[in-house]
Amino acid sequence: MSIYQENILDHYKNPRQSGVLDNPDVVFKDHNPACGDEIEWHVNFNESNIAKARFTGRGCAISQAAASMLAENLDGKSAEEIVSMDNDKVMELLGIELSAMRVKCALLGLKALQKAIIKWRSENE
Amino acid sequence: MKDFPILERKVNGKSLVYLDSAATSLTPKQVVSAMNDYYENYNANINRGIHQLGEEATEMYELARKKIARFVNSEELIFTKSTTDTLNILAHALSQGLDKKDNVVLTEMEHHSNLVPWQQMAKKGFELRFAPVNDGVLDIDAMQQLVDDKTAVVSVVHASNFLGTINPVNEIAKIAHDNDALVVLDAAQSVPHMPVDMKKLGADFIAFSGHKMMGPTGIGALCASKELLEKLPPVMFGGGMIKSVSYKETSFADIPDRFEPGTPNIAGAVGFGAAVDYLKSYGMEKVEKHNHSLANSTMDLLSDIGADVYGPAERTGLVSFNLPGMHAHDVSTLLDEKGIAIRAGHHCVMPLHDKMGLTASCRASFHIYNKDSELDALKEALLSAKEVFK
Repeated sequence: MSIYQENILDHYKNPRQSGVLDNPDVVFKDHNPACGDEIEWHVNFNESNIAKARFTGRGCAISQAAASMLAENLDGKSAEEIVSMDNDKVMELLGIELSAMRVKCALLGLKALQKAIIKWRSENE
Repeated sequence: MKDFPILERKVNGKSLVYLDSAATSLTPKQVVSAMNDYYENYNANINRGIHQLGEEATEMYELARKKIARFVNSEELIFTKSTTDTLNILAHALSQGLDKKDNVVLTEMEHHSNLVPWQQMAKKGFELRFAPVNDGVLDIDAMQQLVDDKTAVVSVVHASNFLGTINPVNEIAKIAHDNDALVVLDAAQSVPHMPVDMKKLGADFIAFSGHKMMGPTGIGALCASKELLEKLPPVMFGGGMIKSVSYKETSFADIPDRFEPGTPNIAGAVGFGAAVDYLKSYGMEKVEKHNHSLANSTMDLLSDIGADVYGPAERTGLVSFNLPGMHAHDVSTLLDEKGIAIRAGHHCVMPLHDKMGLTASCRASFHIYNKDSELDALKEALLSAKEVFK
């Protein structure tokens, strides 16, 4: 079974929550230097919850689709939930079996968002 | 090919089409047998034992050494772990005594293994210079400008693992020697694919690996003349490379032992020798012709389907490319789903990818077990990959 299922291709071609924010509370960009996948998050917080999150990026279909699926699922999530979200949750959202090599691609969006939150927390201590 | 039983296997339910020999070649039965023969029949350590098995092991190890040295027309050969290991040894040894008045010249198309060691050694203070690569070809005039009387070493790749470019080693060696600089040649992608005569090329030191030329992993070669090796300081120490040791000091052994501390990859050396036998019996001119033809056909099919191809027309048996609008990882995965193995990424030439504005690329590379019919499968798979991402 191909990993390039309809839903993944859809998210890749039509990323959800794509773009930037005018007044973000934090901006964070992460990348996989080995392959050139990049994700940049713009996030607004409401107390300790994510109020708005947008991402832009470039790279392989898996990295971008995973970030888009994550972005679609952020409503009402607290910063803590994201930071403690485990990798399996992302894999669940994607709904496919990935080889070890591609798992890194899939996790980039989550890692970048987690680092964004950690950065915001340290700036707002 | 019957000599490569792995070609019988299926990948994702499809026949294996292995187009990644530049990463590592497949290994013929003959090489596997030779290594098993060591473990099953004369398994002993070399040099130290004064018993029958030790003598047999030493004889086979030294026989392999001679065979491989002769294969590249070198006087001497040091067994190492790999090309990377060889280049690290050379970078360490040749950097000793260099300071801020000296320089070492590389090219912009060097593999990380011939870039990072020199870069790290340059922290001692000497200058690292890069001869530019334009349109996939080395700017030899620029190299002429960069090499001067303070150049200690010119270290270059013979055949680029990304561009496929074959560098004019004779010309480079002339420039280097006119300036009393030593020439180090990264021959990882050339020795497996074409006849290489290091004396004819003018290289002072060459580095290559067993596993890219039908041999096992974990074994490589450092070839040079005895005279040059005798001048090199050892950079790794221990048993086997000494003449005598006291608690205070040590005197070092002669060449080649001086550069082979510890127990080497004996089975690997034997396998490497068997690989050379295998390639010799096939004929290196034939290997070159075969791989070259596959590369040319691949460049044609890639241009038919609108791919971006990197590197010059005149090249060794590999082709790097991108399908416009598609990430190399996605292309590679889609091909893998059809049993076709190519490589995707930066191919250990990250700075060159950056210079060319690329984040990643795909690479198909060939060897004697690849056939034209496999290129049909490649074309079909690339076309259907394009469909998926339309």
